[in-house]
Amino acid sequence: MKFNTGKELIKLCNDLEHSIYEVMILRECELSGKSKHEIINEMHSSYDIMKQAVKSGVTKDIISISGLTGGDAKKIFENSASIHGPVCGAFMKKAMAYSMGVLEVNASMGKIVAAPTAGSSGIIPGAFIALQEEYNLHDEKLIKALFTASGVGLLISKNATVAGAEGGCQAETGSAAAMAAAGIVELMGGSPEEALHAAAIALKNILGLVCDPIAGLVESPCEKRNGLGVSNALISAEMVLCGVTSIIPFDEVVEAMYKVGRSLPFELKETALGGLAATPTGKNIKIQIFGDE
Amino acid sequence: MSELSVFDVLGPKMIGPSSSHTAGACRIGKVANKMTKGKIVSAKFFLHGSFSKTYRGHGTDRALVGGLLGFDPDDQRIVYSFDLAREQGVSYEFIETDLGDVHTNSVMIRVENHKGESVYVTGASIGGGNVVITEINGLKIRFTGEYFTLVVPHFDRPGIIAKVTARLASNTVNIAFMRVYRHEKGQEAFMIIESDEIIDQDSIDEIKWIDGVTDAYSINIRH
Repeated sequence: MKFNTGKELIKLCNDLEHSIYEVMILRECELSGKSKHEIINEMHSSYDIMKQAVKSGVTKDIISISGLTGGDAKKIFENSASIHGPVCGAFMKKAMAYSMGVLEVNASMGKIVAAPTAGSSGIIPGAFIALQEEYNLHDEKLIKALFTASGVGLLISKNATVAGAEGGCQAETGSAAAMAAAGIVELMGGSPEEALHAAAIALKNILGLVCDPIAGLVESPCEKRNGLGVSNALISAEMVLCGVTSIIPFDEVVEAMYKVGRSLPFELKETALGGLAATPTGKNIKIQIFGDE
Repeated sequence: MSELSVFDVLGPKMIGPSSSHTAGACRIGKVANKMTKGKIVSAKFFLHGSFSKTYRGHGTDRALVGGLLGFDPDDQRIVYSFDLAREQGVSYEFIETDLGDVHTNSVMIRVENHKGESVYVTGASIGGGNVVITEINGLKIRFTGEYFTLVVPHFDRPGIIAKVTARLASNTVNIAFMRVYRHEKGQEAFMIIESDEIIDQDSIDEIKWIDGVTDAYSINIRH
């Protein structure tokens, strides 16, 4: 069950008449020597952690350990957006709140699943759990979609990076959105090829996004970028499910993302020396939290 | 690096906020726990680079203490690790320092046990919750804890390595990787043995009794 590129993965899926999630489960069995049942159970426990984080994120009064963030997810979850109702619709509003809630749980030392990183851990749960509630889906379907998502994450890890320190935020929230988009497409009946189209579209959308955390903390702008990342995932999936394809193939988009990431200056790769972290407000916040240096 | 598991991609399961500053820190703390004999009484954490500058905002301090108490990165008790340490009579201190030309997320931990014996463990958190242990008691070594790891301090004398590996072989433990380090010729040395399978307590106890072996520590931080 070996593949190194999206193209190889699609070929494998087509040859075996499997979905991406089936290939990923078989691959994991081979790799770990564990049974299918054990592997699915382990993924189920990850999904349970995601659900718990979402629930805490939108219902509890959360303040991060630094004091910088907290309470925004609950605000979005509870408040109606305007006199006419939510601008993006109730579903999107919920997905945003969920994904931001996970980031708040993370920033307050709660339990999360890095997906693929802690800084991008809200996008997959936000999209998946909102979708599950919207269509009354069984857990089993979402767990399969988590395997699909991890297939995309694996391809990006192999051929590029998912670390902000190496590739900027595009590598973190971009990868998370790409993974979520692919999972949703397969879950909603799309083919493996279509899943990778959605992943490509999501990545293309935030190509070049820098990693510039204020005071170096996984809080701001990370939390809001997770809220926005959910929309990226959902819209990319929607496009593909309506028959739209990515003009640039997935593998080439991943390569482009990696090249863009490498060409970003180090100030814009998680060092907190550039971008928003280097604004007067960003610097002031850092002094308030950590003192003057 | 071995092939990535889906749970490396979608994971680790962890207490936030940062895989490198929280989850990785916890794992280094756990190595220090495993390298200590008897009851831990006190620990000093010498924090370097990014660890020294941002440890409070990332909960690196609580994760290190949590690891020292034996917790895994997804253990909710990390949040209350300071209180739990005090309850168990473990004192701790954080010292911002410069460890020289090492990874920016590095920490040296000095742990003291109830007999007043101390052990020094230095490690780096290299991203995604992965760690590298770089020094034990002043000796530069290297292991990741990704495998079942056995650390065997011994004297640098002929035949000891053969006896240790023979013991493992007779208990059908397959050695995946093995490295040997020493201070100086004939002095204290370390074997680092990494295996795919769990190394059972009986094998470890037998190894400890081999003439020339001073001790054996099983470091299991990923399973």
